[in-house]
Amino acid sequence: MKTSLFCILSAFFFLSTASCRHDEMIFPTQTDEIKDENPDSRIRGFYLLNEGNMGSNKCSIDFYDYADGSYYRNFYAERNPGVIKELGDVGNDIRIYGSRLYVVVNCSHKVEVMDAHTGVRIGQIDIPNCRYIRFRNDKAYVSSYVGPVQIGTSSPKGAVYVVDTLSLQIEDKVTVGYQPEELEFVDDLLYVANSGGYRAPDYDNTVSVIDIAQMRQIRQIPVGINLGRLKKDRYGKLWVTSRGDHKEIPSRLMVLDKDSKGNMQPVDTLDIACTDMAIRGDSLYYYAADWSDITGKNTISYGIIDVRTRARVSASFITDGTEREIVMPYGIAIHPESGDIFVTDAKNYVSSGTLYCFSPDGRKKWSVRTGDIPAHIAFLPK
Amino acid sequence: MWKICLTLFAAMLPFTLLAADSEYHPVDSTAINLEEVVVSASRPASDIIPVQTLSGEQLRKLNSNTVADALRYFSGVQIKDYGGVGGIKTVNVRSMGTNHTGVVYDGIALGNAQNGQIDLGQFSLDNIEAISLHNGQRSRILQPARDFGSAASVYMRTRTPDFEDGETYHARAAVRFGSFDLLNPSALIELKITDRLNASLSAEWLTSSGKYKFRYRRVNPGGEVAYDTTAVRQNGDIEATRIELNLNGQLRSGEWHLKGYTYHSERGVPGAIVNNVWRRGERIWDANSFVQGRHRQSFGIWTTLNQIKYAYYRTHYVNNDDRQLQVDNLYRQREFYFSTANEFSIIDCLSASVSYDLQWNTLNADVSGFDRPDRLTDMLSAAASLDLDRFKAQASALGTFIHDKLRGQQSATDRSVFTPGLYLSAYPLRARWLSLRAFAKRSFRMPTFNDLYYADVGNSKLNPEHVTQYNFGLVMERSARRGLWRAATLSVDAYYNRVKDKIVAYPKGQQFRWTMLNLGRVDIRGVDVSALSTFAPIRDLSVTLRAQYTFQRAIDVTDPRDSYYRDQIPYIPRHSGSAVLNLDWRGWNLNYSFIYVGERYNQQENIIYNYTQPWYTSDLSLGYDFKLRRVKVRALAEVNNLLSQDYDVILNYPMPKRNYRFSLTFEI
Repeated sequence: MKTSLFCILSAFFFLSTASCRHDEMIFPTQTDEIKDENPDSRIRGFYLLNEGNMGSNKCSIDFYDYADGSYYRNFYAERNPGVIKELGDVGNDIRIYGSRLYVVVNCSHKVEVMDAHTGVRIGQIDIPNCRYIRFRNDKAYVSSYVGPVQIGTSSPKGAVYVVDTLSLQIEDKVTVGYQPEELEFVDDLLYVANSGGYRAPDYDNTVSVIDIAQMRQIRQIPVGINLGRLKKDRYGKLWVTSRGDHKEIPSRLMVLDKDSKGNMQPVDTLDIACTDMAIRGDSLYYYAADWSDITGKNTISYGIIDVRTRARVSASFITDGTEREIVMPYGIAIHPESGDIFVTDAKNYVSSGTLYCFSPDGRKKWSVRTGDIPAHIAFLPK
Repeated sequence: MWKICLTLFAAMLPFTLLAADSEYHPVDSTAINLEEVVVSASRPASDIIPVQTLSGEQLRKLNSNTVADALRYFSGVQIKDYGGVGGIKTVNVRSMGTNHTGVVYDGIALGNAQNGQIDLGQFSLDNIEAISLHNGQRSRILQPARDFGSAASVYMRTRTPDFEDGETYHARAAVRFGSFDLLNPSALIELKITDRLNASLSAEWLTSSGKYKFRYRRVNPGGEVAYDTTAVRQNGDIEATRIELNLNGQLRSGEWHLKGYTYHSERGVPGAIVNNVWRRGERIWDANSFVQGRHRQSFGIWTTLNQIKYAYYRTHYVNNDDRQLQVDNLYRQREFYFSTANEFSIIDCLSASVSYDLQWNTLNADVSGFDRPDRLTDMLSAAASLDLDRFKAQASALGTFIHDKLRGQQSATDRSVFTPGLYLSAYPLRARWLSLRAFAKRSFRMPTFNDLYYADVGNSKLNPEHVTQYNFGLVMERSARRGLWRAATLSVDAYYNRVKDKIVAYPKGQQFRWTMLNLGRVDIRGVDVSALSTFAPIRDLSVTLRAQYTFQRAIDVTDPRDSYYRDQIPYIPRHSGSAVLNLDWRGWNLNYSFIYVGERYNQQENIIYNYTQPWYTSDLSLGYDFKLRRVKVRALAEVNNLLSQDYDVILNYPMPKRNYRFSLTFEI
């Protein structure tokens, strides 16, 4: 009897002290061999930003290296093990300026700054609810949903923050429209697409024009509701996506050009649903994922537009049927040298995505598993 | 994992020992008196359907704050715990999902037509007398039709006055305080008004800052520390008041009961801890009130049970984080419920029942595009029960008819769902220390108002989510009047569940827009084991050991093309278990409990980036009962998470490190 009692007590003792738990490791980097090598290119590789679902803190960066054809998944933690809770929650933009890599981490309210060649952290800039980033003359311009506090409004206007890229200090901010998204420079003016997404169904419908010399908004151009992405072509025209209201007003692609006085004006609305786009030369590659409440399905389309004629020249840039594998296209980029087309698939938003690489003629070259919600790509020059 | 098996083995030892003992007696009552120690065994022998119960002293001795904490000691249960005193706690039984678990409070199910989730963290154990978990359904046929519907049910029973001769009142006052700046005074008064009528009033107030230290520590593959940070949880404060009034009346061969309940709380929603974000600005105000009545009476072979309820739930949600979308929404839910259940004893061994329930739910929300849904549910059940002494059988069938109405929008089409169940149990041996049981049941959950109609997310074309369960189990029970080992119970159940048309969030179009679809299929196989043994090694010392272990393989079988096909579903550990050791000696009580939850994945894919470590906590409590003249006093000191393990139950929701609680109870 005493033996059994001893057995039980020792079992308890064992349970309370023995451990099945081990030290919690930082996220390891995983490597896949792709073998699409191109050591002679002036492009060393590219970074892919995975947004990660909201609240999961799973924003991650992958890197593809053309020197050895290796794909490095989730390298941030290994490069920066000391950063508490890693890169953060919901990445929204990634850009390289000079020798530095900038990542806008939306729900961590910061812009992370790293060395572009090593991925080692340099610092961070705290900007609330930040969205997209562009650069001009050693300054970074970051759009943010949070502008200066205005008395008497429950929904504040957004702002563009100006950051000195050397000191990483915020120098100034300019109030723009509601919930500003992507931004772009044309000449010395900065154009910002305002969505008004927090005010649905009273969306914003303007593009803000900022004179960066005076740091003030000089104009707001009415374009279309719920604007999102904004890109410029080589002729100085702006291409803006209007996401519609997801009900009666469909998603559309708008074009802005300078009028005779040099003022940017809307010149065309293309009868094409567009979620995101990438421009190379005269070709604008786009995709759209449009939900229909009637069919209960996403309608997905791809195409190429000639930026000179504003006409769709191809109904799909994928020619080998791979589009059937893509569940939820979420990002697009064109290799600046080879013209290879990259499309990301975010699937159900809560599992690993896939990155597809297509040759310029639309055939799949390779694909690789990514982090959660692969979305934004930045090419790294040598 | 084998360590838990070892404990189970240890708990089972009495069987071998008792078998060698010539003087064993079958358990014939639900309570075994062991020199002032009452062990209320979980009555598996008399229940056709697997049931686990914690009641009375047993419940009080466990270190538990809320009903959710106590449910952790049941097998087959996973608690989603967002941490702290005010954090939401929901229960998931046998991996079927929270919405498949019915929660019954003093006879009538608690409803939440908006999101189907009952926050069990809101129910303090102060006035709870018993908690039981029934897989399938409760094995009695005189019950509301709704009780035949859930895939599993948690029944909570509050204390009912029990006066001895000459007593006219009882009074109890208690105060609990401890870590997180917790202060929780409560009071209970029970009055005997007449011989056939008594009343009780129970009130409680709780406040806590919800502040606790938590720690995140990571190491490099080389083993050196990458980062190690300790912070204080913010915005987890709570202030809550509960008042409950009961009237209990006796009738000739019957009884009636009337209850008024109101709960008001204000709490912070602590939110996920992510890089660069350590506090958030979400707050919730809840005001939940209901009145319910029950009447039960027998007229010869006919027994009728009639219940009625009206509930009003008001939830005010505010997000005032100035970096995010400002939200200020008010949700108001109403529920009206009526049930009549009627049982007929046809012959001695056979009885049958018919129940009809009517339930009306409505939701009023000031969210655009969420237009006051209204739901009328009719439920009709028929059941029969056969009791041939050593063999028992029960069959039930439930028809549910649902009609939704919406202002302005198209509502979901009417639904009618038929769900049968069959239950068998037998004592194969004459000595009755072994019983076998089996059941098969179908059940479903209706899409909630949020699933169907929530602005932009809802999908009114959703179908109900279905579950089929098969269970086979055995129970062994032994007891002895003399010697070291006094009683032992072991039950083992194996089950196979299939969830189809599981309602999952699915991305639509662009930018984090979601909708709900009937997409998922889950295949669940599991084993629940629980053991209890009591022994008396020396005079006046009574030792009780409880242990339970759960194995679950719950895999996603939706689509072979998914990267998570046949992966274990999120937050379901393969192995989990608990062990409780309780020592009683002359008014002193020492309780040690250990809870283990094995490794899990926090998303669908079972990959390293979604891996979540096992967690296991040790809780210790020491209590002393004594008398100050007429007043019974109990003093209790508790230490929870004794080894101060740093763990998350839900990713990015850190749990408290070691914490303390003290309580004093006075009772006349």
